[in-house]
Amino acid sequence: MTTGTDPKAIATRQADLVTPEMETEIDEIITHYPVSKRSASLPLLHIWQNHFGSVDDTGIEWIAAKLELQPINIIELVTFYPWFRREAGGKTIIRVCRTLACAMAGGYEVKEKFCSVVGLDPQAEHHGFGAAPPTSSDGKFSVEFVECLASCGSAPVALINDTLHENISLEAVTAIVEKYQ
Amino acid sequence: MTAKPFVMPAPHPRERRIIFENISRPDYDTSLDTYLKHGGYESLKKALAMKPAEIIDVIKASNLRGRGGAGFPCGAKWSFIRYDDGKPHYIVVNADESEPGTFKDRYILHYDPHQLIEGLVMSAYATNTHLCYIYIRCEFPEAAKIVWKAIQEATAKGYVGKNILGSGFDCDIYVHQGAGAYICGEETSLLESLEGKRPYPRIKPPYFPAVLGLYMKPTVVNNVETICHVKHILRLGAEEYAKMGTPGDGGTRTMCVSGDVVKPGFYELPAGAVTLGELIFDICGGLKPGRTLKAVIPGGSSAKVLRADEVFKVKVKGADGAMEEKELKVLDVVMDAAGLTSVGTMVGSGGVMVMDDTREMVWALNNLNQFYAHESCGQCTPCREGSLWMSKITTRMLDGGGQGADPKTLKNVADNIAGRTICAFGEACSWPTQSFLAKFPEEFDQAAVGKE
Repeated sequence: MTTGTDPKAIATRQADLVTPEMETEIDEIITHYPVSKRSASLPLLHIWQNHFGSVDDTGIEWIAAKLELQPINIIELVTFYPWFRREAGGKTIIRVCRTLACAMAGGYEVKEKFCSVVGLDPQAEHHGFGAAPPTSSDGKFSVEFVECLASCGSAPVALINDTLHENISLEAVTAIVEKYQ
Repeated sequence: MTAKPFVMPAPHPRERRIIFENISRPDYDTSLDTYLKHGGYESLKKALAMKPAEIIDVIKASNLRGRGGAGFPCGAKWSFIRYDDGKPHYIVVNADESEPGTFKDRYILHYDPHQLIEGLVMSAYATNTHLCYIYIRCEFPEAAKIVWKAIQEATAKGYVGKNILGSGFDCDIYVHQGAGAYICGEETSLLESLEGKRPYPRIKPPYFPAVLGLYMKPTVVNNVETICHVKHILRLGAEEYAKMGTPGDGGTRTMCVSGDVVKPGFYELPAGAVTLGELIFDICGGLKPGRTLKAVIPGGSSAKVLRADEVFKVKVKGADGAMEEKELKVLDVVMDAAGLTSVGTMVGSGGVMVMDDTREMVWALNNLNQFYAHESCGQCTPCREGSLWMSKITTRMLDGGGQGADPKTLKNVADNIAGRTICAFGEACSWPTQSFLAKFPEEFDQAAVGKE
């Protein structure tokens, strides 16, 4: 499991690892919000999580300081939006749509198949906001349900990292996972 | 970055593609050159030569209604903005498409971003707006990149930014990404999210962000498809555009059909041109072999469900002009705002979910209840507690633990959410429960007996 229980992970402070490229990207995106810097809090959280896989306490403090806010202004976002995590998931995150059209087309079975192909308990669910989704022991894959991905006409669908996979049949799951090995 | 090739099926004879005209071309891609080759930014030139008030009049005359779900007349919404009030104005495009059953904006964002940008600059010019945001849900990461690249291309060629096409009009556009919350599709929640706050919907009144919107300044919030229509209204003229639809509901409407039909997908049809039966059986190829129709959710998951054998009594104008009562079967309901409202549901966002006789209604409702329980923002007690309560009851019923009072309790909980919350999510989460219970009582009574 790649969770916060890894002693090395605890010792690492994300804020110490901010690269100059990351800061350039952050400074650029703040210019998109000429009226209020606070508006840049979501984009900054996205940049942070894309880079580190999660947002730790130092990340919250760093972003708050950058935007001249209090840490609570960032915490209230991290704890609200399902997208943000306090603990990183696997390298590849498989988000299977759970909602009605996909469920009718076999979305639950597809999710279970993804779990078994990457070596996870098909019934595994993740617990608590911000927790890592169930992640394979090699740290390569996480599988979770998400709500409607707005592609109901090509159900069942899954968002794997940045790519949407449509009309997923049970037979196709193994080959899809293979692409991300 | 260009999107992966997407081949749109040939249009059905009943379709009239305006928004999806370019996307239907086999060689179409998202680059500016391709867009210009197909008449891109010509309507913008036309608009910049007009007076802003004239554009708003054209939009009003076109009878364009919002395509996001509420169906508010677009021209009226814009006219709430006072052109010369000395305040900064903003336009925010709602690209947080996440109503289950709806999937039209996804294709516009991924495959024809310049269409949206052109409509947006025209809308900005009409409302004296110099800063616009396109709020894209983060589950469309490719779309955010594609749209942002298109904005940069358009800026480089003078269609966005300073002194657009030499007109002296300035307008900047930025992309803002959400973070996985359905509630951000509610317009005031979306604005809070864009301000960097926890996205709790705002207390009404004011009812319109046109009064107090983004940063407490006059703001227009429109759906992606609505903004795209603006371009075509100016291209075709208000009269021709309005003629395509029905009185009070102009132009085309994209119906997204999913579930148990042979050909699911999205179909751009003149508003009010087809009935539910024609949509399912002619256009979508009917149900799978051997199946019969059981239920239809006609306008996104929040719309009240229709039962296949329902017969409605509606009042229509007879030949002599007097109102008379007529029987109307479900399959004869016209798929526009007026037609669906007359049978107690709504056209909403155009997401039609079809269920055949193999579907259990308790199962279907439970799926939606879980969605709403997950997505309730938690601000108002009736919704936060009620949506989860309803979800727990239907889950228990499905697992064989039904209790005699369950249908009554479900109805009681739902009745006590709708109308008691700050935003329309309260209605959205109680309407499925209320309508499923009312239309399929036998299935809920059966599940309430429980299994030994």
